Amino acid sequence: MAALHFELVSPVKLIRSGPVHMVVVPGTEGDFGVLAGHAPMMSTIRPGEIAIYATAGAQPELVHVDGGYAEVSEAGLIILSGDIETVTRQ
Amino acid sequence: MPNLKALKTRIASVKSTQKITKAMNLVASAKLRGAQQAALSGRPFATRAEKVIGNLALAMSGPDAPRLLTGTGHDQTHLIVVITSERGLCGAYNTNIVKMCRRKADDLLARGKTVKLYVIGRKGRAQLQRTHGRHIIATRSVEGRNMLTFADAKVVAEDVIGRFEAGEFDVAHIQYAHFQSALTQVPTDEMLIPVPRPDVADTGRISADIEFEPSPEAILDELLPRSIAVHIYQSLLESRASEEGARMTAMDSATRNAGDMINRLTLTYNRTRQAVITKELIEIISGAEAL
Repeated sequence: MAALHFELVSPVKLIRSGPVHMVVVPGTEGDFGVLAGHAPMMSTIRPGEIAIYATAGAQPELVHVDGGYAEVSEAGLIILSGDIETVTRQ
Repeated sequence: MPNLKALKTRIASVKSTQKITKAMNLVASAKLRGAQQAALSGRPFATRAEKVIGNLALAMSGPDAPRLLTGTGHDQTHLIVVITSERGLCGAYNTNIVKMCRRKADDLLARGKTVKLYVIGRKGRAQLQRTHGRHIIATRSVEGRNMLTFADAKVVAEDVIGRFEAGEFDVAHIQYAHFQSALTQVPTDEMLIPVPRPDVADTGRISADIEFEPSPEAILDELLPRSIAVHIYQSLLESRASEEGARMTAMDSATRNAGDMINRLTLTYNRTRQAVITKELIEIISGAEAL
């Protein structure tokens, strides 16, 4: 299965950009997982943790965001976050 | 004949000035590197946010679009946010920005508009106070810290947005020095509120089947203030990098000028010293001849 292009951008810098398997985003109206080929959508994010799965079944990497905005398009998933101060890795 | 002792003191004083300017040059170039890095790493967010807002703006241009995007519908009161430096000794950096600001303000005033100034930085305030003092509605300084944080910009953004919502102005501009290279800083004037929309032609590719959660309005409400804060943050970073670049150049030429001055003074000193020796010799010889 094709990888999903994922970009996480904070006002301070481009935090990461690259292919991943799946990302679970804490949307305002509920969490949603994004895989490659997801239907285009735009959503706001509530403060919470983004789970990034590098490969299928891998341990997710958790990144805390204080809100922001996610856009899914053919180009992949772009998250514009607020301040990312605490990055918890597990 | 110049006094030898005085010349010597003079040379020593220019030398110590040169030491200071040289040190400032080194400090500025070190700071420049950090500021430049910060300015560059902030750019991706700004470009992406602009694209997204462009897309959303296309999706909704109805009467219920947020006012931050459409404006108040008037063009009467203009707010100009001017970003200058906190400290001097950076050449014509502040003067260039202030000059641009004055021109803009005078132009708007000549067209019968009301102008309000929001000045960031101590140096700009001092210069603008003299000519446009009564238009300044707020001043702010971001002194004391080496690194600007997003929180600094957020405070300014919240203040500006609050004033917009209170109806204090219709249009906001932001003026800062765009960092091109250490040698060139371009005074730049950009639209802050209403948030500028990119050309429809570039982004005209929005499909109707995009899902919005919860709604385009809610997304814009969340994104617009953030985007304004980012715009201000980016401008602050660019100015900071420009300031250090300008200071570096100014201090470099000051160091060189001091070097030239030392050379000239040393030459005069040596000539004078020789003249004194010659004079003493003549005195001795003519004294000996008289015997």
